[in-house]
Amino acid sequence: MLPLSGERLDAKGIVSEKNNSSDIFRGTSTLKRGFAHMLKNGVVMDVTTVEQAQIAEEAGAVSVMVLDKLPSEVRKAGGVARTASIRIIEDIMDSVTIPVMAKCRIGHVNEAQVLKETDVDMIDESEVLTPADELRHIWKWDFTTPFVNGARSLAEALRRIEEGAAMIRTKGEPGTGNVAEAIKHIKKVNDELRTIKSIYDSGDNQDLVRMAREFKVSYDIVEQTAKLGRLPVVNFAAGGIATPADAAYLMSLGCDGIFVGSGIFNSDDAKERARAIVLATTFWNESDKVKEAQKMIDERQSMLGLDVNTLELRMQDRGGSA
Amino acid sequence: MSLTIGVLSIQGDVQENFLSTKSALDELGIDGTIIDAKTPDEISQLDGLIIPGGESTTIGQLSLVNGSLKVLKEKIESGMPVLGICAGMIMLSNTANDKIVGKTDQPLLDILDITLERNSFGRQRESFETEISMDSINIPKFNGVFIRAPSVSDIGSDIEILAKYNDKIVAIKKGNVIGTAFHPELVEDISLHKYFVNLISSLQN
Repeated sequence: MLPLSGERLDAKGIVSEKNNSSDIFRGTSTLKRGFAHMLKNGVVMDVTTVEQAQIAEEAGAVSVMVLDKLPSEVRKAGGVARTASIRIIEDIMDSVTIPVMAKCRIGHVNEAQVLKETDVDMIDESEVLTPADELRHIWKWDFTTPFVNGARSLAEALRRIEEGAAMIRTKGEPGTGNVAEAIKHIKKVNDELRTIKSIYDSGDNQDLVRMAREFKVSYDIVEQTAKLGRLPVVNFAAGGIATPADAAYLMSLGCDGIFVGSGIFNSDDAKERARAIVLATTFWNESDKVKEAQKMIDERQSMLGLDVNTLELRMQDRGGSA
Repeated sequence: MSLTIGVLSIQGDVQENFLSTKSALDELGIDGTIIDAKTPDEISQLDGLIIPGGESTTIGQLSLVNGSLKVLKEKIESGMPVLGICAGMIMLSNTANDKIVGKTDQPLLDILDITLERNSFGRQRESFETEISMDSINIPKFNGVFIRAPSVSDIGSDIEILAKYNDKIVAIKKGNVIGTAFHPELVEDISLHKYFVNLISSLQN
């Protein structure tokens, strides 16, 4: 069974109805977190058109994420980035069989409600879009549709889980083609998990309370996570992944799967690259297969990467302190 | 003799099936090893296999690429017990239609004469939990977790129906092959995994 740590049984997003003799329930933590578990060892690809979504599905993606612009284009365009056109999301939902996700702005409850009504399979409350509320994320327990959130640390991840996120991904630095930040974030989460696990094993409850205060989360979620030794929800890597080797490396660090944003459809060999990144994610621990995957792409076709130290806009900082 | 039970670990919720199978072996007191099975070599040494939930298009395409699809088909046709869950049941079928998109040309194992309707109950918001019964295998009450679940829309005459929900077929069995549209690995009750382990064990003795 699934870890259900932190689940709220009084959540408004849980709806029940009578059906003949038995009750049926929707929006439970088992269903929301369970959905994320079905994506494990898979690749979720950012897409902006029906054609890209079909390329992603044919390449073996487990899901597509619909945006108005790829993160790298959002970066270039500047201004305010909002949720994608509903018509495009619906067209994509009608043309692929895999789950369809879409992004809403951090804290923008009504953008999320629009996506829920559109019937997307998962909502990403994402730092790639311009935050609507710098202080508050969405209270995701109110939704029957599951949410994924970005995190740079265990503290951020647990705060989002307490708000009802059914899945976590690293933030990385979106739209850069630079995997360094994603690596930093997953290593930080792993280190912090090891720290609280060892505190838990030592039986020092006072020190766990100290961690809970530092993380700005409840003692219960820290204790339950420490006991598990991992996040109580699925944890993917995201932000800056551009090549098969990037994907394989993040899988080797213990990620449950991969999100690829600009890396595929901003390259000049999208079809081959989509397929190659899926292969490297699946067979990450077989180095000959990762090499074969890497050989399918041409580095001269990769998106031009950005140095994260000289960026004008650091998307990962958005919503980070809340 | 010790059993070797595999969970197809191409994609999906492998770990949950691993844990449920482990608990089933422990409770039944049966000696066995559970392995993540991904390569043709790993699959060929199995006494039984679970194809977990995940995305059937992904599992199909990738098991085709590394040659495990062919070995899987041979092993299952030669009598190896298999439990296909959600995407796994889709893999066992000979035809898959999506409720919205229509007929798919995804790679399938073509083991059972059944047609699957993918996403039969709707999208994720419509995913649900409810009590179902599988009386013919002595599991009268089971918490069915249906996540973007398929159902069996067309069925050959030689296939036994284990469970229905709202007139839709959601669990089937033919000989050593079992398919469920719901996820027994996501609930505490391990009775279906125990049934499957017993089935594997009975063939070894």
